Amino acid sequence: MTINPQLPLSFSRTHRLQWEEAQQKFVILYPEGMVELNQSSAEILKCCDGVRTLADVVSALEEKFATTGLHHDINAFLEVALTNGWIQQ
Amino acid sequence: MAGYNNNSVKITPPRWLLAELTYACPLQCPYCSNPLDYASYKTELSTDDWKRVLSQARQMGAVQLGFSGGEPLTRQDLPDLVKHARELGYYSNLITSGYGMTEEKIVQLKEAGLDHIQVSIQASSQELNDHIAGTASFAHKQEVARLVKKHGYPMVLCVVLHRENIHQMPEILAMAKELGADYLELANTQYYGWAHLNRDLLLPTKAQFEQAEAIAQAFKETVAGTMKIYYVVPDFYEDRPKACMNGWGTTFLTIAPDGVALPCHSARQLPGLDCPNVNDFSVQEIWHESKAFNFFRGDDWMQEPCRSCDEKAKDFGGCHCQAYLLTGDMYAADPVCSKSPQHGVIQEAIDAAQTATVAAEEKPLVFRNSKNSKLFV
Ligand code: SF4
Ligand code: SF4
Repeated sequence: MTINPQLPLSFSRTHRLQWEEAQQKFVILYPEGMVELNQSSAEILKCCDGVRTLADVVSALEEKFATTGLHHDINAFLEVALTNGWIQQ
Repeated sequence: MAGYNNNSVKITPPRWLLAELTYACPLQCPYCSNPLDYASYKTELSTDDWKRVLSQARQMGAVQLGFSGGEPLTRQDLPDLVKHARELGYYSNLITSGYGMTEEKIVQLKEAGLDHIQVSIQASSQELNDHIAGTASFAHKQEVARLVKKHGYPMVLCVVLHRENIHQMPEILAMAKELGADYLELANTQYYGWAHLNRDLLLPTKAQFEQAEAIAQAFKETVAGTMKIYYVVPDFYEDRPKACMNGWGTTFLTIAPDGVALPCHSARQLPGLDCPNVNDFSVQEIWHESKAFNFFRGDDWMQEPCRSCDEKAKDFGGCHCQAYLLTGDMYAADPVCSKSPQHGVIQEAIDAAQTATVAAEEKPLVFRNSKNSKLFV
């Protein structure tokens, strides 16, 4: 599935994104399952607030980490997230 | 209770907690995984006991929580326990037959913080569902499934498959679609507890199983992206066993209604484990130090052919309960494995089931109820 750059991104209502103290990482929880996230994936998902579009997420994270050229990686991860139902558009 | 951890195995924290709140259940499924003699365990943990157990396990890192039974809805304190679990940060799941569920309860549990509800349906037709459940429940279950969806929960539909309903696969899939299931669990019966007792009448033939699987696989592609399918294979038709519980004492913790802590929900039947009770020890002590949880950790316990097998890190020798039920030796390789010297018992079971089908005077299914359970006490 591909990301529509016009539409806002929102985290799924039927999944939960949560910090796990015992594992020292963010996880996604859903029926019968759990996905452990690395830091950059978690940062991207936290931006999916139902308002921001792909370009907004990219600029927010480039600013936050004082870097450029994140578009390609963020888009690739969001496609995975969309296919897995973690986010919606 | 020190002394059972030999320190050679690195102990990982529990991630999944299965809280079997009660053995009480209005249904009588002949494949129920509860112990045959469940009627002899009469005591149930109190609300405060459960809260303490939830807190202790959460602190160790458990995060997925299943409320099950029996029928967990028979516990009046369920909303209270759900609320406590939510406050602790669990992702909680109610595993229910739907019996006794009302819209009011669904809303109340949602407000308390329940994350999802798994409704089991026995078949795709009223007649067969009500026969297998031993209780008229079909229409109500469908209604519950709709209400679960209506109130914003992810809806998980679970159908246990066996010889009496496996031919309904196309109708079961159509029903799941019609009800709008987000997840469909197609669970081939695992032969423990009551299912072991009724195996001759429940085990499908290989042809039936393969046909049903092919239909389910084809369907899976048509619903990709809208419905997720979990397919639990019947391991009698595999030649390697399942990696039972993801490894003994590595991930899963089950607490039985009376507070007994189990490394897997059927471990209660294994001899000599001395399964500890949460009334006597903390979850931390139980997980790290008890005899039961250290019993099959690592691979020191293994015999041949597992001990020298290059696949032992993949399946840990399979399921100990299955080895015990089928060979009488819980240290043996799971006989599902084609390398097991006792692998022949699997074919014998398949043949026996086949014979039972052809035989005119089939012995009847033994339904799971207190009257029958008392026969095993
Ligand atoms: S399998 Fe059937 S009888 Fe057993 S607890 Fe579940 S609903 Fe009740
Ligand atoms: S011999 Fe034992 S360890 Fe090897 S594949 Fe079979 S069950 Fe698994």
